[in-house]
Amino acid sequence: MSRVYLYILLMAGVTYLIRALPLTLIRREISSRFIRSFLHYVPYATLAAMTFPAILNATDYLYSSVAGFLVALILAFNKKSLLTVAGFSCLAAFIVELFLH
Amino acid sequence: MSSEAKNEFLEGCKDAIPICLGYIAVSFAFGIEAAKIGMTTFQAALTSLLNVTSAGQFSALDVIARNGSFIELAILQFIINLRYMLMSTALSQKLSSKVGTIQRLGISYGVTDEIFALSFFRKGSLNPLYSYGLIITSVFGWVFGTVLGAFSGQILPERLISCLGLAIYGMFIAIIIPDTRTNRTILGIVVSAMVLSSIFTYVPVLASHISSGFRIIIITVVVAAFAAYFAPVQEDKEEIKP
Repeated sequence: MSRVYLYILLMAGVTYLIRALPLTLIRREISSRFIRSFLHYVPYATLAAMTFPAILNATDYLYSSVAGFLVALILAFNKKSLLTVAGFSCLAAFIVELFLH
Repeated sequence: MSSEAKNEFLEGCKDAIPICLGYIAVSFAFGIEAAKIGMTTFQAALTSLLNVTSAGQFSALDVIARNGSFIELAILQFIINLRYMLMSTALSQKLSSKVGTIQRLGISYGVTDEIFALSFFRKGSLNPLYSYGLIITSVFGWVFGTVLGAFSGQILPERLISCLGLAIYGMFIAIIIPDTRTNRTILGIVVSAMVLSSIFTYVPVLASHISSGFRIIIITVVVAAFAAYFAPVQEDKEEIKP
């Protein structure tokens, strides 16, 4: 079996255990305020770390990536939907690349 | 199946249509990225079918692309998907005690940010059949979009694919930025995670010794623990958010 399938099965197993263990085992609420807060904050830290500075290399050109990043920030700050933010971010990069070519 | 049960299932399917459409768009981007690192369409689709987790899958691509270690992948998935534990715990409170272990294992498969949100805010206790309706419709979109993306990644013009690479980051930004307006702790978390991530990326010694997977793990644990210690969530107005 190729290594890729081992990767896929491993991540699927880990992810499933995370979801299944609490649903089947923990029947009471977590009482530790620290752990509850930690779990609450995790997605923000993870997604922010994954987004920047990686987004600067998301397209073939730095300028189009920066344009897409700025458009996404502005739209997200104005609470636009996921699809709107993602779509216009790509569009902004595409337009900038038209000028770069 | 009784008609009431059938209704629960169909209602779940109907409620998940917006999720399905959103998932097609996001997993389309995943499919493209997967094709870029050389995964076959089947491998990309299998990944989506078995994992159903956007941030987890995207981060895994990086590890897979450079033949990273299995330990690194496992820890990365554990940390990035840790939030599902909070959601699963919250969902367990929504289930009647009559719901058996098999059903709980079934619902567990589909705990995602969006499915959790719909399940959690459903009035009364949660019927597993409603969850299955949500899951089947959403996962269909997730896998279908992946296949489309992986396929298009091989045929679309390079310039278009280059721009679509922004889609997933646009989504992440749309998830984390709105809450920074009203919550200073979250603003602090987002800014410090981005600054630390830049330091880890651009300081040569750090960049050459710490892979991008561990970089995200370290930053997440440090920043979230720091915030949880110094600015714990207010219990009375806490909302469990995906």
